[in-house]
Order: sequence, then C-alpha cells, then structure tokens
Amino acid sequence: MDTNRERPISVAMLALGGQGGGVLTGWLVETAEANGYIAQSTYVAGVAQRTGATVYCVEMFPQEAARVAGQLPVFTPYPVPGDVDLVIAGEMAETGRAIEKGFVTPNATTLIASSHRVYSMPEKEALGDGIMDLSRVADVAVRASKQFVCFDMQKAADETGSVISSVLLGAIAASGALPFDRQAFEETIRRMGKAVESNLRGFAAGFDGVNEAPVQDPVIAIEKASPRGPSGRALAERVKAELPEAVRDIALHGALRTLDYQDIRYANDYLDALGAFVQADNADFDYALTAEVARQLALQMSYEDTIRVADLKTRRERFDRIRKHVAAGDDQPVRVVEYFHPRIEEFCDALPSFLGSMILRSALLRKMLAPFFRKGRNISTTSISGFLFLYMLSKMKRIRRTTYRYKQQKIFIDDWLDKVTAAVCDDYDYALSVARCIEIVKGYGETYERGRTRYLATVGAAAATKNADAVRRLHRAALADEQGRVFDETMAALEANG
Amino acid sequence: MRIGAGEEFAGEGILAITKALLESGVAYVGGYQGSPISHLMDVLSDAEEILGELGIHFETSANEAAAAAMAAASVNYPLRGAVTFKSTVGTNVASDALANLASGGVTGGVVFIVGEDYGEGSSIMQERTHAFAMKSQMWLIDPRPNVPSIVKAVGQAFELSEASNTPVFLQMRIRSCHVHGRFIAKDNVRPSPSLRDALENPKRDLERIVLPPASFVHEQEKVHKRWPAAIEYIKANGLNEHFEGGRDDVGIIVQGGLYNSLIRTLERLRLSDTYGNSDIPIYVMNVTYPMIDDEVVSFCRGKNAVLLIEEGQPNYIEQSVGSMLRRADSSTVLVGKDVFPMAGEYTIQVLRSGLVGFLEQHQVFFKPPEDPMQQIAGFISEIDGYVPPRPPGLCTGCPERPVFASLKMLQQEMGEFHVSADIGCHLFSILPPFNIGNTTMGYGLGAAGASAFNTESDRPAISIMGDGGFWHNGLTSGIGNAVFNQSDGLTIVVDNNYSAATGGQDLLSSKGEAEGRSTQHPIEKAVQGIGVKWTKTVRTYDIGEMRKALKEAVTQKGTGPKVLVAQSECMLNKQRREKPLFAKAVGDGKRVVRERFGVDEDTCTGDHACIRLSGCPSLTVKPNPDPLKRQPVSFVDNSCVGCGNCGEVAHEAVLCPSFYKAEIIFNPGAFDVFLWNLRKKFIGWLQNRADRRRLRAA
Repeated sequence: MDTNRERPISVAMLALGGQGGGVLTGWLVETAEANGYIAQSTYVAGVAQRTGATVYCVEMFPQEAARVAGQLPVFTPYPVPGDVDLVIAGEMAETGRAIEKGFVTPNATTLIASSHRVYSMPEKEALGDGIMDLSRVADVAVRASKQFVCFDMQKAADETGSVISSVLLGAIAASGALPFDRQAFEETIRRMGKAVESNLRGFAAGFDGVNEAPVQDPVIAIEKASPRGPSGRALAERVKAELPEAVRDIALHGALRTLDYQDIRYANDYLDALGAFVQADNADFDYALTAEVARQLALQMSYEDTIRVADLKTRRERFDRIRKHVAAGDDQPVRVVEYFHPRIEEFCDALPSFLGSMILRSALLRKMLAPFFRKGRNISTTSISGFLFLYMLSKMKRIRRTTYRYKQQKIFIDDWLDKVTAAVCDDYDYALSVARCIEIVKGYGETYERGRTRYLATVGAAAATKNADAVRRLHRAALADEQGRVFDETMAALEANG
Repeated sequence: MRIGAGEEFAGEGILAITKALLESGVAYVGGYQGSPISHLMDVLSDAEEILGELGIHFETSANEAAAAAMAAASVNYPLRGAVTFKSTVGTNVASDALANLASGGVTGGVVFIVGEDYGEGSSIMQERTHAFAMKSQMWLIDPRPNVPSIVKAVGQAFELSEASNTPVFLQMRIRSCHVHGRFIAKDNVRPSPSLRDALENPKRDLERIVLPPASFVHEQEKVHKRWPAAIEYIKANGLNEHFEGGRDDVGIIVQGGLYNSLIRTLERLRLSDTYGNSDIPIYVMNVTYPMIDDEVVSFCRGKNAVLLIEEGQPNYIEQSVGSMLRRADSSTVLVGKDVFPMAGEYTIQVLRSGLVGFLEQHQVFFKPPEDPMQQIAGFISEIDGYVPPRPPGLCTGCPERPVFASLKMLQQEMGEFHVSADIGCHLFSILPPFNIGNTTMGYGLGAAGASAFNTESDRPAISIMGDGGFWHNGLTSGIGNAVFNQSDGLTIVVDNNYSAATGGQDLLSSKGEAEGRSTQHPIEKAVQGIGVKWTKTVRTYDIGEMRKALKEAVTQKGTGPKVLVAQSECMLNKQRREKPLFAKAVGDGKRVVRERFGVDEDTCTGDHACIRLSGCPSLTVKPNPDPLKRQPVSFVDNSCVGCGNCGEVAHEAVLCPSFYKAEIIFNPGAFDVFLWNLRKKFIGWLQNRADRRRLRAA
C-alpha cells in the first residue's frame, strides 16, 4: 500500500447474528471519536441478520488532519479491497468469506479471527459427516494477511462469562492495528456503561489471547484405550499377544466396548473373531483391513437396543454430564425428561427370539399391539418410578443373548464378515470398501432400516463386479439424502455401465 | 430528539432523518415497516411522546397504500407530511395512491422516504424507484451518503414539494440508512396549521380531485406548471452540485448516492485526494428526477467525453442525458453502461474498472496503480469451494420451525404438495433443511398465489401467509378471494403476535397491549367473519396436533377454503421480553424453572435426522467423542431456549431416543428440595450398585 496517501483507517467486520457486531462497531466508533478521530460506520444486514453474516464497515480519520486541510474526508460506504487495514471475523468460515470478498491484503491487513466454528446448515444436515475442513482457509489466511491473529474467542468468552464481541475488542487492542492504546478501549467499555465488568473480563481475555495464542488449534488426539479392571486388563493382554501392533489400539477400544456392552465372554467372542480375521489380512497393507473390521465389528456388536439405551441413560456419568452441560449449580435440582418413541420393531427386538419373530410375522398381533406404539413417551429419569423402570430394563442385559435382535444381528454380522473375508482374496481395496460400508447401518427406527436396506443393496450390487470404487460411490450416495434419490440414481448409473 | 439549534446530533442516518422531520414542521407521519427503513418506524413509535408534544400524528399504516393515501391531508391544506416504506416493494403497493396524489398535486409539502433495498443484503427483486418517479412525475432526491447531506435533503425535499405542488421521493440506500455520522441540529418546529385547524376548517377544491375533466388538466399542469417550478427551485437552490477539477477534457456525472464511492475510487486511482478534491470535474445529481437539462449541457460543454455513473437498470438517466446532448447538438461523447455493467450494484471494484475503461478509451494520460485485486485473486481462488455457504434460517426456538417440520413430515407421508409461499421469516422454509415452497408473489399474496390451482385434486395446494401479510392485504386478496371463488385449498396463517420479519412491530392480532393501538383481534375470527367454514388455531409447538390438523385439511373435500392459524409467539421478541424478567426473578429469589434440551452423545446415531427437521441454530453438531465412531454427533449448544420442538419432533418423526429435556429449578422451594434429596438418595444408591458391579466386570 502507498504509505504517502493520506487516507482513513478502514475496518471491515464479518459477524454472525447474535455475535454483537453492532455493539463492537459502536465501541470502535466511540473509541475513535473520543481519541481525536472522525469516524463513520455503516453496515448491511438485510436477510443476513437471521443466522447469516453481517458485514460492518468502519472508517476513521484524524480530526487534526481535517482541521489543517479545512475539509472533511469522504468516507466510503463499502470496505474496499486493498484498502482495509483491519478485518475482524467472528468465526472461521467467515474468515474465509472475508478473504473471498477481497478484504484481506498481504502487507496491509491485520486479520483477527476466532478459530471456532458455527456450522452452517449444509454441514449440519448431512446424513454422515458434512463438516468442511477449514485448514486450507487458515493456511491461506496466514499468507494473505500482514498479521493473522486467530484463537478460539468463543471459548475465551465462555470461560470469562463474557461475549465474543468484547474478546474481539481485546484482540483488536492487542494487535496494534488501531492507533489507540489499551486504556482507550477499556475507557470506552466503561463509558458505554453496559455489562462493564464482564465486558472488561472478555476484553482482557482477548488482549492476552493475542500474545499467547497458537495460530491453529491442535488436532484433537484420539483417546488411548485403557482398561479399568481385571477383565479389561486380561483383554489388553490378549490384544497384545494376538494382534499386530497396527490394530491394537482400536481393537482394545472395541474389546472394552463389547465388555461394557455385555460381558467378558462377549468381548472374548469379539477378539476371537478379530483373531480369525487377521489371518486373512495382509501385513503389506499394515493391517488396514483388520483395523477397519475391528472398528465396525465393535460397533455392530454393540448395537443400540432398548436395553443398551436404558443402560446408558441411567448411568451416573451421564447424570454428571447433563448437570455440567446445563451448568447446574451444586445441588441445584435438575429434572430430566427423556423422549422415547419405540416402534413395535424395537419392542420385539428385546423380546425372546421366538416371541419377537412371532409378533413381527403376525399381521394380527401387530395390529393389536399397534396402539401402544403410536405415541411417544416421556419418561423422567430423575423420578423414582422413571429411573426404576429404565434401571430394570437395563438389567435385561442378562437375557440379551436370547433376544430376537441378538440372533438377527449375529446372522447379519457373520454375513458381513464372510463377505469381507471372501473379498480379501479378490482385491484388498474392495474388501476395505465392503468392510467400511457397513457403517451406514446404524441407529434406530427409520435410520436403521434405511441404512440396512442401502447397505444390502450396495454389497449385493457390488458382488458381481467387485469394484471398490463402485462400493464407495454407493456408500457416499447412501448418505447423500434421506429419500434415496441420489442412491437410486447412482445405482442406476452403475447398472447402466455394467 | 429534543436537542435544539446549534447542538450536535450523533447517530445513524435513519435517526438523523427522524430529527430532520421534526425540524421541518411535519404535521403527520405514516408508513409501513420493512428493511432498511424499519428502524425509522421504530424510532417514531418510541418517540410518540415528543410527537404528541409537537402535535404530530404518527401512524403505523395497514400497508404502504394506506400510508401513501395519508398524504391526501396535504392536498387541500398547507400541512407537511412524511411517509416511509421499503422500495420498490412498498412503492409497488403504494402506487395507486401515489399516482392519484401526484395527479392532483399537493399544497403542503409531502415527502416519501423510500428505503431503496438494492444490492448486497437486499431481500427483494432488484428494481429501481426511479421508474415510479418518472411514471407519476414525482421528484426523486438521491442525496450524498453522509448524515449532513441527508438531513439537508429532507428540508429541501419539503420546499421543493411545496414550490412545485408535487410529492417528492427521498431515496435512502441501505448503507445510508445505517451510516453513523453527526450534524448540527435546529429547533423542532410545531406544525402550523395543525391537523385540528385543518379538520375544523375544511376546504374543498374540485380541481384537485382526479375525475374528468380535472384529470386532463392535471396532466397539462404537471408539464406546464409543476415541472418548470421544480426546475426553477432546484437550480435556484443549487440542489445539484458541480465540483470543479483540474482537467477540462473529461467529466463525470454521478447520482448523489454514489458520490462517496466515486471519490474513494478516484482517490485510489490517484485522481483525487481523500477530501474529494478531484482532478476530474464532477456533476452530482442529488436530484435524479427531474434532470436539469441546461445544467447537464453546460457541464458537458467543451469536454471530449463525459462518464455517467448510474446504478441499476434500465439506464433512464443515461437515455435522458443522451437525448439532451443530441438536442443541444453537443459533440461530447457520453459513456455509461458501455464501460459499466448493465445490472447490479456499483461497488468500488466495479467503479474502478469502469473508470479505468473510460479513461483509457478517451486516452486520458494516466497510469492506474496496480489493482489490489490482482494481489488477492490467487488467494481467493485457492479457497474457492472450501468455504461453507451460510444460508439464512429461522432463529433459535422460532415457533415457525414446528410448522415446517410438520409440513415436511406430512410430505414424507403423503408425497409432495404445491406450496405457495409468502413474504416473511417463514419464507426461509424454501431453504435447507425444509426445502418447502414453490413460489412467492409478494407480501400477503401467498393464498392468492395458489388461486389458479382451484381445481379438483387429491392433493390440494397449500399456501402460507404470515400475520403481517394477512393484515397487510391477505385477508381480502387471499382468504376473501378463496371464499368468493369457492377454493378448496389450505392456507396456513403463521400467527406469531408481531410483524416479525420487519423487526417485531405490533399488529391487529398482537397478543400484547400496545399503547395507542387496538390489538388482540384474533385472525381466526376475522376469517370466520369473511366466510371461512373450516378454521383451526393450533399452537405451533404441538406437532402432533399440527400434523393432524394439516392432514385433515388436505384430505377433507367440499368444505371450502381451510384456514389453519399456527399460533405461538415470535421467540426473538419473547426472549427479549422474558430474559430480563427471568434474571430478575432469579435475583429476587423466586422459584423459576429454565428448560433446555440436550442430546446424549453416546446414543446419537450421527444421522442428523433431527437437524433435517429443525434447522435450529442451537441444534448443531460436534466431532464424535467416541473413538470408534467417525460421524459427528448432534449437539444442543448453550443458546437453546427450550422451545420444545426437538422433543416433539423426536416423538412425531420416531427419531432416536437421544433427546432429553432438562428442567433446571432456580430458588427451589422446600418441597423441591425434599423431593430432590429423596430421589438423589434412591437413584444414587442404585447407581452405586451398578457402578460397583460394572467395575467388578470391567
């Protein structure tokens, strides 16, 4: 930028609805006007005010210069690409948007961004993982700006009981992008007189964050599996003795999950199956297939039936988690209400096998029982009767092996394992794709039925061609939409191409 | 608002206009809310005390036509009046009254403050108010976008209106409405005569009424009397500005509203300083209609070429200037939309490329500095496709969400319907996750938009209408129309107690008491009164009821139009009202319960069906804490207001058992504490048992 130009300091800000962009703009204008500057701000809200992003534009010009010139500066209503000294983004995707809008220039722009994410609708509504990886944005932001200040300011706000706008103001003050010192900004917060204490706390967190912050958040490391008792330790021993290094961690996770789900015998069954499978695997591929099977097998073996749900819902850890989540004070009463709506299928799953299959096969019985499953049920797990009911239900774990679903699930899992094992002989990559494909079978009710149908269709269609790419495409398509339009189209396209 | 002469006023453009109106001695102000002038209506509403002191009548009109018709008070009496609405949509609605007003002309000054919703952030079709000014011959002021200029324009607008007996548009662009600045105030002025003076001394002038033969005389008057009077006033008072520059071979003509953007563009090209001292002469049209032919021609005289900067299309100004120059037999070349894009907003980047094109074309010696976009373009392309789009949606806890969740479930059960949508927050239904709605034809026209589908079918058309649109015109144009034409379709009226999308203004059917207004008139009674037989009011969050009612309405035949009033208060306004009360109750030691929802991360399937039936900002996702699972789990963040939609949806759509509601009791009573301790003891005992057993097996 041409430093000889006598021009206003220009600030652009992208804030999401509810982030207090208007308040922050007001603080900047107030600080400028109180410290010898003429300031203008403007913004465009429009439909963006509802959960979208709003762009604010602030310009400041020294009063003294205007006095000497005997004229007022002409401010711009737009942030001008190439001329923005300071860009503030209240969220990571908005940081990308600020770059896309051309506000960020190398050698000129200080870019202050919060690294946290507020996921957008398309990311949230995906049937699987729709979250976009923004590491590329962070990478570009470093090179595209003069100075990139980035840390989780939402976290800082939460930790100080403050709001993100005050943390951002602190970061602005610390970045040195504006010609005002810390006291000047703090004075503004005091002068405005609203929530002064918490805003000053947030401001301080933002100010300190600039100097302490790493540019990017570290990748969350996967927790190492660790056994809690003798059975777990025995399983860990088995894993170490029988399985190759590459799969030990995930296998131990799986073994402990199946132990927790049922009992030690069940966990040993799991390791037996893995032990058998690893023989068919190939060390050249670093046992990638066994690792995938270890993961999926554990998940399929710990399918969520009503017994499991009742078990998880009544645990102490869960009660603690909820209290923490709702920020309940010590000994503050919290009543918890569960929303259950089991269908007749879920009911039959937990019945002894013969009974379950009898009901499911009989149209008459289904019709007679239907009224019991028409409405959802609210059960309070913090009431004695509600808790007791779920607690007793969780005790049915003992007879799980006799239930309808258990037997069905065993057949289903064995069939999948056979398919994967058989596939290894054909093509390792194909086997890997089949092993992973089962992950679309998950959950309850409609989600479960839908996943199961599409999984069966996928492995069925792939059986002839044994094409890993085809399986992966169908796998992706299965998670593209609820109605199955994309899945059907993909299936049709694959069939047409033979 | 009360500050007097010589004091400095600081605030947004809209606020400055309000103050300028008080200084102008207006007798009445009316309007209809809508971005970007909603705030003007809110400020006036809040200022009713001052308005009362000054004897000014302020009215939130039923719609823009009603607001414009208010100006009839200035036809016979020297009363100043101001009317405001969003443009061009509001001007569309108002245009019947505007045309009648402009035909007969006015005695007192009338100014229409139109919020020109054009360009970035706009929520409407992209059109120009300019066309309305031309067709009715009303004058159009487009002031420079700084607060003192805007304030000055208000006073000049009234004078111009009175000098030419013509109503005037004051065009406010989005950014000008929100621009923060300062100006030196004047004293507020009481209207004289007052409304009461006028009312008690009625005057009648047949020549001002639009009826032949007067209407033919009006047209002649417009051309022969009012137009020349306007030209005279504009010239005499220097409304348009001519800034000299160093060069004399080229010049720039610009709409007042674009002046600041032009100066910044010139400054960046090193053709001006930051104060607007430009090398190139500039003629600023603060009045864009009518144009002052001799000012334009004399500005162009002796110049090789002139650049005309006119945002929006068609290029009315350019066409006029072209013909002016032709008639004056001028040799000056006119450049406009040939170097600028025909359509779309003129940002500084757009202005830059047009200006550079113009200067190069006319071989003006200058070397443009490097375009900073070249430096940035590489970075932009690097992240292209890597930044998630962020479509807008309904607010946290919005009561309209369950309506569309119910509709989506109905469609899952019965197949898709043709849905005629309307204007309002509910229009977000067209976006993910609901994807509901086929067309939108204008405010309150949801039901009318489905009227062609008044035909025999097992799948009748469904139309949506907000309470705002309903009272704006939907009651007659939609519901009355459907009754009269014996339609069998369903109209869902979303009744959330406010005109919510425009900022939560009160309506006839608002549940609260509003000072100086009559509210609490139920929509259901209104539609019954107009002849609808099948009506139902359902609380939106009762998704079970809502689904039942929807299904009944679309399957029942021969009962005429059906109206389902989906009732629950706008959550944004409810929270604004209740949050401080809640905090106060907690502080005062009163027993209060806060509800919020949560998702159990270990039973969540990662399928996000709940999100696809919600779209609530507080229902989001987070990485799966389970090392075995790869898909992110649903997660309810701290902003949850406990509206109940999640639980209802989980029941009705038979989703997973992961949702729970937590009721957090503040300042519990003795019985609460007793019960809590009892439960804690019992449940704790069982949990200890289970923990011990689990540890033994672990």
